[in-house]
Amino acid sequence: MEEFRRVVLLSGHYGSGKTNVAVNLALKLRRRHERVAIADVDVVNPYFRTSDSREELERAGVRVICSAYAGSNVDVPALPQEMYAVTDDRGLRAVIDVGGDDRGALALGRWRDAIVEEGDYEMLLVVNRFRPLTRDVPSTIEVMREIEAAANMRFTAIVNNSNLGSETTPGDVLGSMDYARALCGETGLPLRFTSAEERLIPALADKIENLFPLKLQWKIQ
Amino acid sequence: MKGNEAIAEAAIQAGCRHYFGYPITPQTEVAAYMAKRMPKIGGCFLQAESEIAAINMVYGVASAGHRVMTSSSSPGISLKGEGLSYMAGANLPALVVNVQRGGPGLGGIQPSQSDYNQATRGGAHGDFHLLVLAPASVQEMADLTMLGFDLADKYRMTAMILADGTMGQMMEPVEIHPREIPECDKSWALTGTKMKREHNIINSLSMDPYDLERMNVERYERYAAVERDEVRYEAYRMDDAEICVVAFGIAARVAKNAINEARGQGVKVGLIRPVTLWPFPKAPLLAAAEKCERFITVELNMGQMVDDVRLAIECRRPVDTCNRTGGVIPSAAEVYSAIMGAQKGGAAK
Repeated sequence: MEEFRRVVLLSGHYGSGKTNVAVNLALKLRRRHERVAIADVDVVNPYFRTSDSREELERAGVRVICSAYAGSNVDVPALPQEMYAVTDDRGLRAVIDVGGDDRGALALGRWRDAIVEEGDYEMLLVVNRFRPLTRDVPSTIEVMREIEAAANMRFTAIVNNSNLGSETTPGDVLGSMDYARALCGETGLPLRFTSAEERLIPALADKIENLFPLKLQWKIQ
Repeated sequence: MKGNEAIAEAAIQAGCRHYFGYPITPQTEVAAYMAKRMPKIGGCFLQAESEIAAINMVYGVASAGHRVMTSSSSPGISLKGEGLSYMAGANLPALVVNVQRGGPGLGGIQPSQSDYNQATRGGAHGDFHLLVLAPASVQEMADLTMLGFDLADKYRMTAMILADGTMGQMMEPVEIHPREIPECDKSWALTGTKMKREHNIINSLSMDPYDLERMNVERYERYAAVERDEVRYEAYRMDDAEICVVAFGIAARVAKNAINEARGQGVKVGLIRPVTLWPFPKAPLLAAAEKCERFITVELNMGQMVDDVRLAIECRRPVDTCNRTGGVIPSAAEVYSAIMGAQKGGAAK
């Protein structure tokens, strides 16, 4: 897989799997780079946050940047002050987990100019075609344009994270490739990678290029 | 789908074209989903200025005979109380969703079942009930939403989905099948007389006590039919059970894991999961008390449904409790310990 830029922004429709992809990506980057941070700037949803994986991330040596209120059950849309390290410290590799939809992307505004000016970033649209409001290409593009307008930034590539949670079959992932390719065709954006749960990788390895194995962070019995 | 989205999409598939709400964690996705979908299908989404305004808009649309819903979480449901009572007084069908969070007061934002007593006792002043449905999966969030609309229309009463923050926020695959909406006589609705009939009047005010008594008695005759025909529950591994766990919603899922663990140790334990909390599955619980020597209730509150279990089994067997509150979910290990304790015949509370 092509080397990642210094700052990787992950955004998309809420519930598309951004946080799971972000946590796994930060852990992957840490294996190659000394100084890696993951920043959670989700101001929309107090449930299922990056900070829920803090222990595992910090054990692996990934710096976790999130609001002091994340995981505290105090439901306020606060941004982490440490986020400035991402733009000020250019020796740091950063994965930024942006909150869901356009409302979540609005939070990026404070750092947008610094990120764009430096120019060493990529902004990935995480999509899951099994989510009801991004089940086809037109509705996904609608969500994508709303996020771009709110963030005042353009996406640089697509991440296909189509899944049905723990019930996902290899066929589900393979079946989502036409949607992902059509989305790329329609938007002119490249497909950065396709992510799938680790257990699905053997069945998909010779069928999908740029496959990214995911260790799922949350599962409810 | 998220549980909250499943409710919203199922409501649309059930013919609901009017939604009025106000954001509150952890149910906000219901409103967010409706805001996106309703304008595209010719429906009406309106973010009201308050929960009280929203429930009164529901009163209005229900009066016109349309399927209508609102949703909120615990503190917001308390605000809707007045409207719920007025709707009961006016015999109006609608669907109200409560994705519960910890209380009392503003409480917290984590999952809870602490509005059980409120929901099963009507939720506000006056002699009335809500038809209360408790989903335990995202699929049931959808299925019970559709059922709730049907039952509300059938019995001219308000149905409530009593979920919790976990059910609202968690994601599972869901199948929602568009289906026929059952025929329902709504000749009482305010649709305009067109000079062809007498005026219909929708009102919850009745100044003559004998009239009011007559209406309340008639309402309770309908409730008797609901209690007779609409009880729903799941019995899990109950065939040879000597210990009966009773739990609904997320607590039932935790309990199932603990039951399977205990079954692995040879303990004969099963689960009765009320799907309708009102009407409560009294008969199956009383039948279970014939064979089961002990009962254990698992709840995300200080112990509310436990009283209904004791009443249902006529206090014939001891009932232990395994509760967590304030937004904490009991773990499977805690329920397992309660089962093992009951098996050893420890003192019942």
